[in-house]
Amino acid sequence: MTIQRYIMGFALSLALTLVAYFLVIDNAAHPLILVILGILAITQLAVQLMYFLHLGDEVGPRLKQLSFWFMALILIIVVVGSIWIMNNLNERMMHFSPAEKTKFMLTEYDKGF
Amino acid sequence: MSVQEEALEEKRLLSKTSVGFWLYLMTDCLLFATLFATFAVLRDATAGGPAGRDIYEMPLVLAETLILLTSSFACGLALIAMTQKNIRQVLIGLGVTFVLGATFLFIEVSEFTKLISEGHGPQTSAFLSAFFTLVGTHGLHVFIGLLWLSVLAYTIWRRGITSKLTRQLTLFGLFWHFLDLIWIFVFTVVYMMGVVR
Repeated sequence: MTIQRYIMGFALSLALTLVAYFLVIDNAAHPLILVILGILAITQLAVQLMYFLHLGDEVGPRLKQLSFWFMALILIIVVVGSIWIMNNLNERMMHFSPAEKTKFMLTEYDKGF
Repeated sequence: MSVQEEALEEKRLLSKTSVGFWLYLMTDCLLFATLFATFAVLRDATAGGPAGRDIYEMPLVLAETLILLTSSFACGLALIAMTQKNIRQVLIGLGVTFVLGATFLFIEVSEFTKLISEGHGPQTSAFLSAFFTLVGTHGLHVFIGLLWLSVLAYTIWRRGITSKLTRQLTLFGLFWHFLDLIWIFVFTVVYMMGVVR
């Protein structure tokens, strides 16, 4: 834990934040902008984990890294799974108007799903 | 016990305590993951109300991000001063951390009250419910962090840097850096991806 590492992490985070911000403000319609934003956020995650939370410095049994990767696995299942299932559901009901959607849900509910 | 043994014992205790606290942070991360998933699913469910790009004030959001990042950095400097037993620098670092954190919270609360007074409260649409829940939960964490920080700073000012306070300050540092990390994703997923067309 030295001051140089903190300054390094701070400068990198600052740069990544500003790059993301001005990219979005100037090219909000670019087709790849979502991917680029995702990459920038994950890079900043890595920077802050290493330089601020010192995740890489652990010695001996690496309990923090182990629990972090387990958390990341559950996180990906929860987030990607939710988005996948719910978007799929939306797509299948696309040809319905909101009123029809409500009616469909109610009749399905009466059937007891 | 010799001085060396004592230092080693202290180091072991610190690493044990911080692993326990780290496990709490990981579960907290999963709490945020569920809120992020909910937000991602509901972001287009505006029910005739405003979409994200209609209500976000991006310069203000950038300011919030930079303020929280600087606050996290100041907290890191306080932690370094702590290892050098420099009480004055620790207190200055924590003071800067507190002021920046409070500024962040003030901007967020004024954003919320403005949205609610314009009729864009959480009851308007599923999108706004998810927005207020996610951003509000982060804000609540920052608020609790500020309470914790003020109690810690007061105790350090009264008692100096004891080994117990060293451990507590290290845990607070983890918490504060963690909140900054969560905010990076709020900034990216909620705000930045919200204004993309």
